[in-house]
Formats: sequence, structure tokens, C-alpha cells
Amino acid sequence: MSYKNVWTLSEQEQGKLKEVSFELLKRGRALADKRKVELVAIVLGHNLDKDDLQKLIYFGADKVLVVDAPELEYFLTDPYVNVVTKLIENHKPEILIASATTTGRTVAPAVAIKVNTGLTADCTGLDIDDEGHLIQTRPAIGGNILATIKTPIHRPQMASVRPHSNQPLDIDKSRTGEIVYEEIDKELLKSRIKRIEFHENEEETGNIQDAEVIIAGGKGCKTEEKFKMIKEIATLMHGAVGGSREAVDLGWISYPHQIGLSGQTVSPHFYLVAGVSGAVQHLAGIKTAENIVAINNDSEAQIFQVADFGIQGDLNDILPVIINKLKERKEGK
Amino acid sequence: MKIIVTIKQVPETGNVKMDPVTGTMKRDGVESIVNPLDLYAVEEAIRLKNEFGGEIIAITMGPPKADRALREVISMGCDSGILLSNKSFAGADTWSTSYVLAQAIKKLGEYDLILCGERATDGDTGQVGPGIATWLDITFTTYVSGVKEVKENSLVIERMVETGYEILEIENPSLLTVIKEINYPRLPSLRGKQKARKLDIPVWGPEEIDVENKNLGLKGSPTRVVRISKPKVSRNGELFVCKNDQDIENAVGKMFEFLESKEII
Ligand SMILES: Cc1cc2nc3c(=O)[nH]c(=O)nc-3n(C[C@H](O)[C@H](O)[C@H](O)COP(=O)(O)OP(=O)(O)OC[C@H]3O[C@@H](n4cnc5c(N)ncnc54)[C@H](O)[C@@H]3O)c2cc1C
Ligand SMILES: Nc1ncnc2c1ncn2[C@@H]1O[C@H](COP(=O)(O)O)[C@@H](O)[C@H]1O
Repeated sequence: MSYKNVWTLSEQEQGKLKEVSFELLKRGRALADKRKVELVAIVLGHNLDKDDLQKLIYFGADKVLVVDAPELEYFLTDPYVNVVTKLIENHKPEILIASATTTGRTVAPAVAIKVNTGLTADCTGLDIDDEGHLIQTRPAIGGNILATIKTPIHRPQMASVRPHSNQPLDIDKSRTGEIVYEEIDKELLKSRIKRIEFHENEEETGNIQDAEVIIAGGKGCKTEEKFKMIKEIATLMHGAVGGSREAVDLGWISYPHQIGLSGQTVSPHFYLVAGVSGAVQHLAGIKTAENIVAINNDSEAQIFQVADFGIQGDLNDILPVIINKLKERKEGK
Repeated sequence: MKIIVTIKQVPETGNVKMDPVTGTMKRDGVESIVNPLDLYAVEEAIRLKNEFGGEIIAITMGPPKADRALREVISMGCDSGILLSNKSFAGADTWSTSYVLAQAIKKLGEYDLILCGERATDGDTGQVGPGIATWLDITFTTYVSGVKEVKENSLVIERMVETGYEILEIENPSLLTVIKEINYPRLPSLRGKQKARKLDIPVWGPEEIDVENKNLGLKGSPTRVVRISKPKVSRNGELFVCKNDQDIENAVGKMFEFLESKEII
């Protein structure tokens, strides 16, 4: 049997599909259309929400392949790796796309070794070349270069893409497809690792390194009170909060949120930065950010040189307008 | 406990000097360092050893000069180091790298734990750790932010995920990739430096470990880099000057259009 079709590895929590599952379908759909093959969404979990599975079809999948078992309720390395491996062996997909989440980044590299193929992490671009191979583009060496990578011989061709690096397709309720449940040998569900507890994050400031949306502020915010506008925008946009070294030194945000040379290097899909001058040490941390919007009252501020979109003006006037617009959108939706 | 730590020597990209005019990295004088994220794995190994006894073996695959990286972690507190270095290993992707490291680890006999960094700052994939565990057929997990308890045949660990922290119990032997939150790496001690200078570091090639030639280096790697290009640096973005509320309304409106066009909202 030859390798055929494009697969996406969906992710779920408590039976509900996570947003990334739908984002992946957009990437997968484009590839499947180019290869003129089916797009199959893979789902592992327990007591999966039937409406959610149907939604995978509305959002682009031709088929949904489900493995439902109590052992798959939470993500655990052993059973997840075993089941995905088995599905690949049974059905032989040509391309598999996972998302670069803590789950995807754990399952995919192990599966790649098990099925004896290559895996390209954190791709920013995926396409099909004239010979039908998957072309994978990813930043490397601290974002200093872009590498184009192929997996010429081994199958499936595996790649991960970062969450929130694209939006899902528009929902299309006229789409049809089948949902198939697959039985799996109990032996494969055994685990040498078990989950004892889970502590949910209380504060929604998030980890900036993996964040796809980061809202950052600097000394230009002037006070801790004003810096809270940065935090509010981050919450409204489901992003993480970042700060310049000045903002951290002033105690408005803790050190793990410092961006730059002596802090974190980040590469979000979107970076909104206000009241930061753009010293080289700060810029060193944001080189790989895909889209940068900067707000500063000084037209000469260096931050504007790296911004895709700059607004020169007082952040005390501008940020409230942004906050209001975000709130309006939320209510309107 | 017998602990193996895998470390990688990387160019010091975290400390780049940027050319303010071109916005590119100044490459001259870029030094090689121990992958900063591997120091957390080293520190955790030292902590466990200090509390429970045992030994720590550091292992790296790289060019001959990578023995410097091993000496650095030995000066922090690892007991010994092994350098996997040979022309035939060159150009390996994560599949082949994890294969060679796993085969070398097999030669070290029984062990309780393998610790890796979350990712290397140059390759930046985080795939080698999970790869090693899979080749060795041991269980593993990633993003470990704490070792909570050491039991007879297992470890209780904390793992950081997007929405919070998992507490997991993992059977020995296992492989963990650790994140920054786990500890503060110590600096090398003077005694450690002296020891590291004198210590003999064995160099292993394909002769010393049981490897199949077809799995080595560029030849053995499933993935191929077919092109390298420069990402755009100067962005030539638009600048909206706001002198009054109307300007702000307009600029913010345009900004939301920009966000929509980029699929951010
Ligand atoms: C070895 C070394 C390592 C460093 N590492 C880091 C690092 O990791 N990260 C980092 O960020 N820095 C780092 N720095 C410090 C860096 O050089 C700058 O000092 C720092 O980034 C400045 O922070 P800032 O932009 O918030 O403050 P400032 O430079 O003071 O800039 C404040 C900006 O806010 C603007 N502003 C003021 N009021 C308003 C208003 N009402 N509305 C809009 N805009 C306003 C101003 O025009 C100005 O551009 C490092 C420095 C050294 C020497
Ligand atoms: N050449 C290597 N030698 C030893 N360990 C390595 C090597 N490459 C990667 N590692 C380990 O695997 C981790 C992840 O690396 P990477 O998958 O390259 O991002 C690193 O933090 C190291 O612990």
C-alpha cells in the first residue's frame, strides 16, 4: 500500500477540541487540495464531544479518525505515541501535520522515530513542490536564517506548525464527511507514566516563550497602574505579557516576562509594544516576531524601524481606544 | 542514581550583537558555549546526586572542540564526559543525532535517568530528547519544571503545559527534558575547574559504539535542507502620526484592519 492523504493531529481537553485542531485544518486543506487527496483529522481522547467532531468536517476535514478510550482522556506520552504510531502503520498517510504545542512537540518527535521518518519543527510555511514533495520552511539559528527542508524518501513527511500562526477556515456547514472510530489493541494503551494531579494556571499572563501573541510595555507606561493596560490587552487578545528591562526593573512585571538580550527571545505571530524605545538589546529578543505593531510618542524611536505598523502618539490616549475596540468585538461576536 | 545528561555545544546566538543599521547579527567573534538550556539539566542532575548519591555522565555529539563544553559541565559537578565525534556523524538531523546518542547510552549500561535541555538554541527543535528515549524504548516526558519526589522505582515530577502544571509519576528509567523554571544553574567551582582540566575525555566514533553506517550523518538523515534564505529584517512599516483623537481613531481602525489581514484577530 502506498502512502496517501494528509493528516492533522487534533488536540482535545476534557473531550472538547482545542482551537489548534481547527487551525491545522486550514494548512492541511491547502496541501490536500494541491495533492488532490483527502484531509483526515486524527483525534485521540475519551468521551469526545460529537458536535466537535462534526465541526472538524465543517472546518475542512474529509474524514475524522477517532480513537476513544479511557486511557486517552489526558495526554500521556506512552499511549498517545503508541496509538498515533499504530494509526500511521495501519493507514499510511503521506503527510502528517501536528501543532507545536507541549503535546504536539512531545508526540511528534517520538512517533517520527517509531515510524522511521523525518520531522520538521515549527514550520512557518508549508507547500507542495512540482514533484509532490512537502516543502517545509522554518527559521533557524536564532531566526537569523530561513531553512527550506524536504523529506525526500521517508514517509510520512512530518511537520509541526506553531499554534495561532493562522486562523481556521470559515465554517462551512454544507461540507460532508465521515467520522470513523478505530479500535485499538489494549496493549498499546499501557503507560509507564501516569497523571496524579493538575493545577490550572490562575493568572492569565502566560508563558511568553511559546506565546503567539505578546503585548509588551516599557518605561513609557510611566506607572504600574498604566502598565495594567498592557495586561488588559493581553487578556483580551489571549496573549502573554512582556516587558522591557526597564519595566521589569521597575517591578511592573516579573523577570520571566523580560524580552531581550538578558531576558527571553520570543517569536510570536503578533507583538504589540508600547512605550519601549527599541534599544538593540530589546530588539535582539524580537527579531523573529512575525508582525510587530509599535506605539511610541517619539517619531525617532528605534522601535519603529522594526515595526510593520507604527502609531506615533501618547499611549495613554491610544491604548484605551484599542481596549474598547477589542471589547466591542468580543461582545459583537 | 546514575544520571546521564546530554549537552550540546552551540554558537552564542543568545548574546548577538545587532548591527543597528542593517539589523543583522554581527557574526565575527561568535563564541561556542554550552547550550544555555542544557545547564538546567546539568544543575538538576547535580541536585539529585547531592541528595541521593550516584554519578553523572555528560555526553555530547559534536566536533572535537566540543570537549570544552564537557569540561565546563564537569567543572559544575558532572563526574565524567563522553565525546561522540567523527566525520561520519557530521550533518546529522535530529533523527540521526538521537540515534547515535541512544546507541552510545546503551554502551553505558544501566541507568536511572536521562536529562536533556528543552531545546538547543541553534537547532531549536526540542526533538532530540524524545528521539533518544524512543530509540532506547524508555518512557519520557518534556517541559519538566520540577522533580518533586524520588521513589524506589519512579519519579514524581511537575510538567508545565499551556494551561497549568501536571503532576506525573514516571517509571525508571526515564528521560526528561527540563525547562528554565526548574532551577538556577550554579557556576563552575574552582575545584571543579581543576578537575575538569585534568580529566580524560574519551572520544567515541562508529568503531566504539554499535551503529549502522546507513543511519549516520547527512546520509542517514531523513530530512534535507534544500535552501537557506535570509528572513526580511527591515520592515518598512507604515507610521501613523496622531495629533488628536480623530487621528487615533483612524490609526487604531487601520491597525485592526492590519490585524485582520494577518489573521491575528
Ligand atoms: C548588557 C545589557 C543587557 C540588556 N538586556 C536587556 C533586555 O534583555 N531587555 C531590554 O528590554 N533591555 C535590555 N537592556 C536595556 C536596554 O539597553 C534599554 O535600557 C531598555 O530596553 C530600555 O527600556 P524602555 O524602552 O522601556 O525604556 P526607555 O528607553 O526609557 O524608553 C521609553 C520609551 O517610551 C516612550 N514614551 C514615553 N512616554 C510615552 C507615552 N506617554 N506614550 C508613548 N510612548 C512614550 C519614549 O519615547 C521612549 O521611547 C540591556 C542593557 C544592557 C547593557
Ligand atoms: N549533538 C548533541 N549532543 C548531545 N545532546 C544533544 C545534541 N543535540 C541535542 N542534544 C540534546 O537534546 C536537546 C534538544 O536539542 P534539539 O532537539 O536540537 O533542540 C538539547 O537541549 C540537548 O540536551
